Amino acid sequence: MKEVKFEEAIKQLETIATELEKGDLSLEESVAKFEEGMELSKQCSEIIEKAEKKITILLQKDGKIEEENFVAEE
Amino acid sequence: MEYHPISVTELNTYIKGKFQEDEYLNNVLVKGEISNFKHHYTGHMYFTLKDENSLIKCVMFKTYTPHLDFVPKDGMKVIVLGSVAVFERDGVYQIYAKAMKQEGIGDLHAEYEKLKAKLEQEGLFDKMHKKPIPFMPKGIGVLTSNTGAVIRDIINVSTRRNPKVSIKLFPVPVQGQGAAQKIARAIEIMNEEKLVDVLILARGGGSLEDLWPFNEEIVARAIYDSSLPIISAVGHETDFTIADFVADLRAPTPSAAAELAVPNIAELTLKLRGYENRLKNALSKKLEVMKLRYEKFMKIAAFTNPMQKVNESYMVLDEQTKRLVNSIELKVTEKKNDMLQWVTKLDTLSPLKTLTRGYCMANFHGKLIKSSKDLKPGDEISLRFADGQKGAKILEK
Repeated sequence: MKEVKFEEAIKQLETIATELEKGDLSLEESVAKFEEGMELSKQCSEIIEKAEKKITILLQKDGKIEEENFVAEE
Repeated sequence: MEYHPISVTELNTYIKGKFQEDEYLNNVLVKGEISNFKHHYTGHMYFTLKDENSLIKCVMFKTYTPHLDFVPKDGMKVIVLGSVAVFERDGVYQIYAKAMKQEGIGDLHAEYEKLKAKLEQEGLFDKMHKKPIPFMPKGIGVLTSNTGAVIRDIINVSTRRNPKVSIKLFPVPVQGQGAAQKIARAIEIMNEEKLVDVLILARGGGSLEDLWPFNEEIVARAIYDSSLPIISAVGHETDFTIADFVADLRAPTPSAAAELAVPNIAELTLKLRGYENRLKNALSKKLEVMKLRYEKFMKIAAFTNPMQKVNESYMVLDEQTKRLVNSIELKVTEKKNDMLQWVTKLDTLSPLKTLTRGYCMANFHGKLIKSSKDLKPGDEISLRFADGQKGAKILEK
């Protein structure tokens, strides 16, 4: 599946929620919209949860970039 | 003759008053060279300002020293703003400095303005070139010194907003000779390596000279050429470097840059839950409305008692059948009565009845004889009585 852009997903969620709240849709359409919205929210949550904390320093060594863990001095 | 001497204190107080009344002495701008500079442990600065021929004592209290954009040293040429007042205890007058600038900084200012005008004309500051900052960056590249408060602040603010943030620090010198070249090169390398999707270019506060690398053309052009969006956070909120103008987004401080680059995950999670709740509520409301509509429909007679209409129809049918049957029966009865009447009438008119009273009918060849002239002697007739018939013969004329 195509990668979900967080910001777009939030915008879409807003649109879907507003549409659904109007109550003009048929029951089938309402259920479809509901499922679409819940799926978007789930995907956003996954993006958040999948991220890993990583603080590194990039060092130039022999023209190459090496990555090492970085801890800021107090 | 009596003397009326005044005390030393009175004299100094008098002189102090004279100084205070003088508007000019309350607001002087003096240039000179610093000597005998002492930064007292209390925070106040004591020094002498001199030129070739003269000198004057100066003091700058610690309330004013934080605003200095340089560290004063002996031999520096400076401009001091302050008031001249008498220190009564020592009987000396001195400058109480409120602000101090390094002389010659004016040249940098001119250079800054010149470069700014040039780049602005070239369109390096145009809004149309500004790239959007990704809302949820996967990696954030930070170009700053690997020591000091700036990187620490950025890491602290970022991890507070997103505990799972990914930060890659590319250490660069942020002041001094060659810093600009290294900063520009770092921007290029980060673009080549594509390890992050947004860059923060940061430096803490400092004098115009300290911030100078961020006012150099090579840095401005590197920022402009970067395909990665760049957030600049150089100096304090009041400092505007050329890098700030070219950058895609200017943050007033390094901490603010971290806030702009890193979304607040707690808020976002809350927002997502909010949307989920809205969706759930909207759907259950929809279901409720549908249920009510269904119930309303089901209350209509056709649904509650579907046989009623049929039964009603049956009743109508029955009634009409009954009416039909009744009318036929009536007709039949009428006709029966009619018939009875006719039968009675017929009975009265019947000759048989007359016959019972003793009469008889004479038939000749099947014809009823009504006159004697119809018969002649010898005709054989038949006589019909009420209870049967007999043959007879006519005898005479």
